[in-house]
Amino acid sequence: MTRLGGLGTASAVLLAIVAVTTLCAPLLAPYDPDFPDLLSALSGSTATHPLGADALGRDVLSRLMYGARTTLIGPVLIICVSTLAGTTLAITAAWAGGRVDAVISRLLDILFAVPGIVFALVTVAVLGPGIPGVVTGLAVAYTPYVARVVRSAALRERNLPYVAAAWVQGRSAPAICTRHLLPNLRPIIVAQSVSALGFAVIDVAAVSFLGLGVQPPTADWGLMVKSGLDSAQRGQPLEAIAAGVMIALVVAAVNVLGDRLGRRR
Amino acid sequence: MTFALKRLAGLVVVLLVASFLVYGLLYLVPGGPMAFLLGNRSGTPEQIAAIRAQYHLDDPFLVRYASWLRDALTGDLGSSLVYRQEVSALIGSRVTTTALLVVYATVLISLGGIALGLLAGLRGGRVESAVGVLTSVLLATPPFVVGVLLVIVFALGLGWFPVFGPGDGLGGRLYHLTLPAITLSLAGAAFLARITRASVQEELGREHVETARARGFAERHIVRRHVLRNAAIPVVTVTGLNVAGLIAGSVVVENIFALDGLGSLFVRAILQRDFAIVQAVVLVLVTAFVLINLLVDLCYSALDPRLSR
Amino acid sequence: MSLLTIEGLALAVPGADGWKTLVEEVDLTIGRGEAVGLVGESGSGKSMTARAVLGLTPPGARVSGRVLFDGAPMPSGRALREVRARRIAMIFQDPRAHVNPVRSVGDFLTEAMIGVLGLSAREAGARAVALLDEVGVDDGARRLRQYPHELSGGLLQRVMIASALAVEPDLILADEPTTALDVTTQSEVMAILGELRREHGMAMLLITHDLELAAATCERLAVMYAGRIVESQPAAALAGRPLHPYTSGLLLSRPRLERVSDRLPVIPGRPVAAYEADPGCAFAPRCAHALPACAEARPAFDGAAACFRSAELTLQGDS
Repeated sequence: MTRLGGLGTASAVLLAIVAVTTLCAPLLAPYDPDFPDLLSALSGSTATHPLGADALGRDVLSRLMYGARTTLIGPVLIICVSTLAGTTLAITAAWAGGRVDAVISRLLDILFAVPGIVFALVTVAVLGPGIPGVVTGLAVAYTPYVARVVRSAALRERNLPYVAAAWVQGRSAPAICTRHLLPNLRPIIVAQSVSALGFAVIDVAAVSFLGLGVQPPTADWGLMVKSGLDSAQRGQPLEAIAAGVMIALVVAAVNVLGDRLGRRR
Repeated sequence: MTFALKRLAGLVVVLLVASFLVYGLLYLVPGGPMAFLLGNRSGTPEQIAAIRAQYHLDDPFLVRYASWLRDALTGDLGSSLVYRQEVSALIGSRVTTTALLVVYATVLISLGGIALGLLAGLRGGRVESAVGVLTSVLLATPPFVVGVLLVIVFALGLGWFPVFGPGDGLGGRLYHLTLPAITLSLAGAAFLARITRASVQEELGREHVETARARGFAERHIVRRHVLRNAAIPVVTVTGLNVAGLIAGSVVVENIFALDGLGSLFVRAILQRDFAIVQAVVLVLVTAFVLINLLVDLCYSALDPRLSR
Repeated sequence: MSLLTIEGLALAVPGADGWKTLVEEVDLTIGRGEAVGLVGESGSGKSMTARAVLGLTPPGARVSGRVLFDGAPMPSGRALREVRARRIAMIFQDPRAHVNPVRSVGDFLTEAMIGVLGLSAREAGARAVALLDEVGVDDGARRLRQYPHELSGGLLQRVMIASALAVEPDLILADEPTTALDVTTQSEVMAILGELRREHGMAMLLITHDLELAAATCERLAVMYAGRIVESQPAAALAGRPLHPYTSGLLLSRPRLERVSDRLPVIPGRPVAAYEADPGCAFAPRCAHALPACAEARPAFDGAAACFRSAELTLQGDS
């Protein structure tokens, strides 16, 4: 922990708190996130609703606690899939070299040139609004983010003597890749996928904000910013600010962690 | 020159692949293109027949793709099922708003990002740490959150800017686009500031800068002639990447500020399952990304004599 | 009166645990039109000494001692820039890194003529072509339009020499000017530099690790070890009858063309930087002639050598 530095530790603690709150939301949340307390609608901060209630009178604090689930599960899923796919592609490219490498690299370059959210919107157009479409699109879009860095690291690693030594000893290519190459690349893979997680949180929340991701009435931070914008026009900006600040905090914490992990390698 | 031609050929290939994928997407939809094209509507036999005819659904796939591509190349992007209008006309009327927004944001990013980066890179010390904190905050805040916060503070709170709507005349339009453009530009400006700072500091430590110092040139002259020009190379790349990101970001920003651009058309088309529009907008966006990449590469070789041949 | 006088120069840079001394107690003079060689291994502080003259020390470095140029202390600020621009020129080791890669050769050469001497672009261009011709680069007009990456290292170093000549300085600081070049171009470039220097009556401080090269080019040599000058003599004397065991070691460890030797004599151990040196003579741990006293106190530099035993020892030199 100490190696993360003060800011790094603070970020890890913040993320841990968010994770625990999310898991224990039913125990911790003061209200049912869907319970409409119509008398308190757009109330602002009160003793009973510390962060106020939204336009339908639902408690903003409770919705923030529950909303972390949908806000964070999607991005985590995206990063898992894209890291797996990216690493496989990268190691295949680095190991095979030649034409296989050229084709994979070119493909990754093209994917990289198209912003993630455009992918997400296209898959949502095909699969319909909702988290499955968003996750599919962004998982594809984030694959080059991990793969490009891992490929160049794997190329460097592949030329090191220990790989040749394992080869001479008669190990098979998959065995060398999984037993030797992968463990050595792990720090780079971890650092790169953590920093991709920050972008994924932003993109998933943005798609939900557009109304194409998580669907109401599910509590979700991106959706809360959207409904908060309507509330703000009716004079009550608290919901939008609370959800927006939470997203920014989580992304900032993830970015700091990614940065610290990247620096240590 | 051959460099530019080679790049142009690559561009055509990428666009062909992209168009093929975009067209093919229609067939990935559960239930096939017919279910998709009808969307939630239950079609009458005549409607179904019209759609089959419009999309040539009875022809083999490649034939259909070829004719679609031919139409697209001549500017005929099909017609919208929802708006009952030519897609090219729908896009044409909205592309100005988006282009204006993206150009406005690009200008803001270039001015703000480079200025901040230079300040941090050349001054160092406290200025540098302050810029570091500011850029971290801006990079962590999603554009839609920035936009909503800006609306709350500057439009609803202080009343300096209009909340929604396009405005009249070029001045009015720019005035209405100011908050959206700022929203769109902040993260990009922060990123550019970081790259500029790193790049300037790297160049300042280069040997050729030591030569310039040894030759007795004034610091101002050295910064102008030897640091900025050399540092410009990564800055141009990032600006290019930024513009691609801005086009994507405009989809979100247009929805916050209810601007009638390509992005809001796109989102509405997705919600209404108006696939002709989705295909066309994606094609326009991909073309824009590829063109920007080409432009960046050309700037690159103009800035760095080692790359031009 | 000498052109450049360095007295008691010391230089330290901030390190992880306190100051790291790189140069100390360096005294050196260069007369008008004189060529002096400053010889030492890497890390001996010879490059830092030259950079300290022009105030090109690393950020945060602590410099003490006196540097007098043409009778006056080295100025600072605008006046220092004036000295750098017109009176002392520096030639660096690696022209590839030390010439801005994104500016044309013409830009590099005319930059100072336009900015410092106030020539018009046309005059500067014509002069640049003449200078290139002087350093043995033909087809100057075409060269001016080329970029550094299109020139070989040898050509580029000639361009650097031309840029130094352009302002007709009184002194040239040449920091390993041929080390980064191919062996065949090395002697050509060195010959051009030496010849033009004499023609234009400029003084030169040649910094090199190559004692033979320095002896062939310079009138006087100074040898540095661990940040200090350990010996200074006229070139012929130093090569023929060295006074310091280190100089002798350097001379003997060169391979000879005229003799086949199974094994070259080497100086045992490795060179140290000033901040790594023991309190006694920094060379004592590697010295074949060291006495117990050598490890206790540092021998002072008496104007010829810094060795307790220089009077009694007869060291082997070149012949």
